[in-house]
Amino acid sequence: MEHHPMEHDPEERGSTPLIRLEDVAKTYRMGDVEVHALRGVTLSIERGEFTAVMGASGSGKSTLMNILGCLDRPTRGRYLLEGKEVSRFSADRLAEVRNRTVGFVFQNFNLLSRTSALENVELPLLYAGVPTAERHRRAIEALARVGLGDRADHHPNQMSGGQQQRVAIARALVNQPQVILADEPTGNLDSRTSTEVMALFQELGRAGITVVLVTHEPDISEYAARIVVTRDGRILSDQRRTPKRAERSPWEPVAVGEVAP
Amino acid sequence: MSWLQTLRVALRALARNKMRSFLTTLGMVIGVCAVIAMVAIGDGAKARVEQAFASMGSNMLIVLPGTTTAGGAMGGFGSQPTLTWDDLKAIQTEVPAVRWAAPALRANAQVLSEDQNWTTSVSGTTPDYFRIRSWALGQGSSIGESDVDGGTKVAVLGQTVVDKLFGPGANPVGQVIRVKNVPFNVVGVLTKKGQSPMGQDYDDGIFIPVSTFQQKIQGGLKNYLAGPMIVSATSAGTTDRAQRQIEALLRDRHRLQPGSDDDFSIRNLSELAAAQQEGTRTLTTLLAAIAAVSLLVGGIGIMNIMLVSVTERTREIGVRMAVGAKAGDIRLQFLVEALSLAVAGGFIGIALGMGLAWRLAASFGWPVLFRPDVIVVAVAFSGVIGVGFGLYPAHKASQLDPIQALRFE
Repeated sequence: MEHHPMEHDPEERGSTPLIRLEDVAKTYRMGDVEVHALRGVTLSIERGEFTAVMGASGSGKSTLMNILGCLDRPTRGRYLLEGKEVSRFSADRLAEVRNRTVGFVFQNFNLLSRTSALENVELPLLYAGVPTAERHRRAIEALARVGLGDRADHHPNQMSGGQQQRVAIARALVNQPQVILADEPTGNLDSRTSTEVMALFQELGRAGITVVLVTHEPDISEYAARIVVTRDGRILSDQRRTPKRAERSPWEPVAVGEVAP
Repeated sequence: MSWLQTLRVALRALARNKMRSFLTTLGMVIGVCAVIAMVAIGDGAKARVEQAFASMGSNMLIVLPGTTTAGGAMGGFGSQPTLTWDDLKAIQTEVPAVRWAAPALRANAQVLSEDQNWTTSVSGTTPDYFRIRSWALGQGSSIGESDVDGGTKVAVLGQTVVDKLFGPGANPVGQVIRVKNVPFNVVGVLTKKGQSPMGQDYDDGIFIPVSTFQQKIQGGLKNYLAGPMIVSATSAGTTDRAQRQIEALLRDRHRLQPGSDDDFSIRNLSELAAAQQEGTRTLTTLLAAIAAVSLLVGGIGIMNIMLVSVTERTREIGVRMAVGAKAGDIRLQFLVEALSLAVAGGFIGIALGMGLAWRLAASFGWPVLFRPDVIVVAVAFSGVIGVGFGLYPAHKASQLDPIQALRFE
């Protein structure tokens, strides 16, 4: 695939990108010091694209993820998600966007302890106001999709790291989001389970879900179709290439019909 | 998120730290328990005082004769007979706020039946005495006006005297008793009246016509009353007026100069009752203050634990916000947790308080009075405390920055 850093503009090709950042900057004040975490980033991501964001710590990749995930608002510039200028949204509307459009996967899983896998997955539906019966059904479905349909009543401390991360992915998926943001999702996993998680992400991409992955591990980024490298709050490079295919998972996703109630 | 869901989430969070939740509610439990027990006990004590004073007599005043002064030593009220029969008559007829007036001369004497004896109080009085004391006759007849005029040797007995001289349940009407060797015909028995507020047994006494009393039991100056008189005002509202009118009448009749002391004294029993109730009220106020402090401490305890909980669960709050919880959802969740703690404490406190009041009332022999309004107020108040002290921690939780919260270790 051809490589057009900095001038990648899909609107010229006549389609609205899922994600569009226009000259986005973020400045924090830490005491008297101004920290320029992002110094003007312009980036578009298409529907179904699997993008890895790479960069050294302090390069601005975490701030970029926070803005993409609507956890934070840019100081300057515009952020359009599904064509809506979310950078102007109120905190409550941002919460709604996070609830309906975005799914998060974290390095440390961030599951609620002493709470079953099912209830963890149900959490976004709870805030979306989904009725109990449908909530259960959809949470079971999401768990089945990550191959954990039979572990619904397990608590996080009864699960391996890979299983916990799959529960977290099920939680990210349960509201049928447009984009999944994964912040170092394999950072706490061994290489075998890392590959499993990457295979899952590739599968989501094929299903039309956009995945944005932050990682500092080059071998993980190889599974992505596009690699954005940040440095000093700017995009250093933006390349598309044929991704390495993740090895087939040792667990088979269970079809919904087969899930025990 | 619906209210029911919020409540479920809150209760599960509390259930995760059962011991802590229990200890947190303890402050509320003690506070509410104190309020409930205090009100029930206070009401019981008040009812008992009212009952006791009602049994002494309705709207009653006691007029005591004056004092003697011998070489500067004051003799106390009643030591000098200053009240005359004419005074009594004048009070009866000339004071508009007075309904009845009766002498209440008393002596202790041994009373004999055929085979028993008993030392008791012997009162010389007139028929009005029983009206003033609202004391009904159980058996036989009372002393009549003709008995007083004629100085007949008849007696009306209190229940305790009947029990001692004739045995419980006996009917002594028609029998003869002897007081100071004088035979008296028993004409009636009074109903049981119980104890005075000071524990004195009203039923331990016999009553004879005042004329007979003066002739046979305790002599004295012919024209003077050798004891107090009791007076009943026309209604509860007129006791003060009756007191002032009697005072003016007696000062006039005794020709006392303005500025000189009264040579008599008037005791107003409704004042005494009010003073007793004032005492009860002071105690109740004190207990209420303690209860209020306890509830305040309980509320602070809840706030403290909620603040700890918010800090502990910062990551959880971050996760909830990341998956779509709004600030309002988080605030409501922590508010409902605080409210649940407070209201649970309130309900346990009500149960314990009722139990405590029951036990205390049983051991003091008081009536137990549970007022539903107090229970409603206690629950409402614990709710207010829960919301009041839960608001700050809940607000603090809702204002967390999701990015910071997710990074919190």
